[in-house]
Amino acid sequence: MTDASYQTAPLPGAPSDASGALLAADGTPLKQRLRQAMKVSRRRAFLLVAPLLVFILASFVVPIVALLLYQGAYNDTYEARMPASTALLQQWDGVSEPTEEMAAAMVADLAAARESKEIGKVASRVNQELSGTRSLMTKTARRAAKMEPPYLAALIDRDKDWADIETWGAMKLASTSLTPAFYANAIDMKYMPDGSFEDQEEQRQIYVSLFVRTLLVSGGVMIACIFLGFPVAYLIAHLPARKANLLIILVLLPFWTSLLVRTTAWIAMLQSQGVLNDMLVFLGVTSDDSRFSLIYNMTGTVVAMTHILLPFMILPIYSVMKAIPPSHVRAAKSLGATDWTAFWRVYFPATIPGIGAGGLLVFILAIGYYITPALVGGSDGQLISNAIAYHMQRSLNYSLAAALGGILLLGVLVLYWLYDRIVGIDNMKLG
Amino acid sequence: MAEAEGSNDFVVFDQVQKSYDGETLVVKNLNLAIGKGEFLTMLGPSGSGKTTCLMMLAGFETATHGEIRLDGNSINNIPPHKRGIGMVFQNYALFPHMTVGENLAFPLQVRKMSKAVTKEKVAKALDMVQMGEFGDRRPTQLSGGQQQRLALARALVFEPELVLMDEPLGALDKQLREHMQYEIKHIHEQLGVTVVYVTHDQSEALTMSDRIAVFDDGIIQQLAPPAVLYEKPDNAFVASFIGENNKLRGRINGVSDGVASVTIGEGANVQALAVNCGESGETMLSIRPERVILAADAPNRLDGKVMELIYLGDHIRCRMSVAGDDAFIVKVPNSSDHAALNVGETCPVGWVTEDCRALDAA
Repeated sequence: MTDASYQTAPLPGAPSDASGALLAADGTPLKQRLRQAMKVSRRRAFLLVAPLLVFILASFVVPIVALLLYQGAYNDTYEARMPASTALLQQWDGVSEPTEEMAAAMVADLAAARESKEIGKVASRVNQELSGTRSLMTKTARRAAKMEPPYLAALIDRDKDWADIETWGAMKLASTSLTPAFYANAIDMKYMPDGSFEDQEEQRQIYVSLFVRTLLVSGGVMIACIFLGFPVAYLIAHLPARKANLLIILVLLPFWTSLLVRTTAWIAMLQSQGVLNDMLVFLGVTSDDSRFSLIYNMTGTVVAMTHILLPFMILPIYSVMKAIPPSHVRAAKSLGATDWTAFWRVYFPATIPGIGAGGLLVFILAIGYYITPALVGGSDGQLISNAIAYHMQRSLNYSLAAALGGILLLGVLVLYWLYDRIVGIDNMKLG
Repeated sequence: MAEAEGSNDFVVFDQVQKSYDGETLVVKNLNLAIGKGEFLTMLGPSGSGKTTCLMMLAGFETATHGEIRLDGNSINNIPPHKRGIGMVFQNYALFPHMTVGENLAFPLQVRKMSKAVTKEKVAKALDMVQMGEFGDRRPTQLSGGQQQRLALARALVFEPELVLMDEPLGALDKQLREHMQYEIKHIHEQLGVTVVYVTHDQSEALTMSDRIAVFDDGIIQQLAPPAVLYEKPDNAFVASFIGENNKLRGRINGVSDGVASVTIGEGANVQALAVNCGESGETMLSIRPERVILAADAPNRLDGKVMELIYLGDHIRCRMSVAGDDAFIVKVPNSSDHAALNVGETCPVGWVTEDCRALDAA
């Protein structure tokens, strides 16, 4: 009898039923007994994590799915306030001439919306689809109550834009609550009234390049952090414990200062009348009237973000390096490797989990960075988060902000998946 | 054992000293010559300086004073990677991101050997440690014993003339450790390489070594083949560190013809071989438990009271009270005619004068 067959055979003396499954002492199948025994401990484990689970569901999963992703695709501002015209606009094919019936519904809706003082919101919503329609709507609504049939003529009489089929197209788009328009908008596309997609006009294409810029800046910051953080982590990992602790505190020190203070400090450092430029002028590197512009542009954003995110790179690399036995490098040297070969072929590969973890951390944090680019980025150092903030706070186009956020989330997930495929998430070590 | 006198200085430590802090010496004036092809073990308790010696030889520590020579050339200023010394580390130090084959190929690749030669040597090394099928595995997928063999193969694959081993069997369980001891011994005999082995396990040292250097307090206490070390310890430290040993304190009455007359306990007078005791004063008598004779006609006869009996199959371990010492151990062979012992009884105890060594009183 081989070892393997011995293992699978029932224990001698243990009772088993007709199918060969083992039975417990009281006659129930052993597997069922085991499940019952496990149930209690599983329930206890679940109860232990339940508060955290509820918190995460309430503060993270629900807002992201329900508010962020859903709001990017659903906006009922128009439908809720203009029900009569919505029904007709949805039946309309978007290319034929608008009918008198549609015009009548529109006039009734406008009058009602003005009555309930909601016309501003509706007008803003339509304006998102076609700029210039806001004043058209508010202007028409002021007279809507007094309009007499034929309504189409009355509308065109009020403003000749009502004769334009594009105006009605914008209404149709706005009246569609569940719409891909915002997501299309977020990638510089246009959702047309007939259901097709078109490229956004040249001068309005900003988001794709903003996404690309965000990815490039995040990648650049990540690479800068790797090159700056790796030697620091190496130094800390190879110092005696007391000195290493002091250095760790210095690395962590920025966490105890406000992000705003740190960013503002860079303004003092880098501005054209700032410390660095003064020094360069003093040293004669540049003349007084041709100072470097180091801030309020891309340079400022990258420098300040690298500085702020550096600890997130140093700490994972350090913790990984700390766990590499010194005997590995010694072994490599005893086997004939030079210092460089021992480092590159034995030490460095062992640090990759730390670099991967730090890189992913820095990259994902950088992708969502908002305050720093807003303060030191000027016009060409703005990132996608600044655009999202703009739509949240200024243009009040929440749906577009949600769509931009959704695409950002999707992008991060894709990169995360790629990372898992290439490096492997299991290879990541945060400490 | 070194075959010829001429080859007895392949590795030489010449008045080597080592201090880490400039205040205390970890290694004090070490002089040691190791022959070509020899298996030399540095044995000692932790902190005795043995590992430091090994690290100085490998090049990972620098000697504070003195010279280390390899094959006649001083290697004090040669970096580790140019010394060409194989080394097996305590935790094996296998590279976890490389496969078994890549680990073995590493020393050959850094020596810029051709792919064909590398492949051939790797295969040969794997066969040597009976791991031919494991070339594509990762070290973490191997058992402790397999990792140990791999570490050994890697230290040997580039055919160094000297291999250092720093407690390589420390992490293995007892049975595997004993098995690996024989395996290492056989590989050593097969390849004829010089091995310097560091351990704190005396049975390991006794099993494998040609010679053993017993370290304590930064000094070699005795350098001798295993049998000599066990049977003729030079001082009290070696006597108690190697094997089991009965210690009887006494006072020397006189020494004549290399035999000391010693008073122990309450006035009992015995004879012992004068080894390291001077002409008078305190001494420590050392007798191995298996050399004690329980018979009325034994020389150096004393009375012993049986305190405890432990049955161990092949022998009976008997703790007795002899000359005021309650921890006097006697190993009674379990032969058909062995003396009948009962706890509480008194029986005669003695030894042959040559088996009892009068050592320093430390």
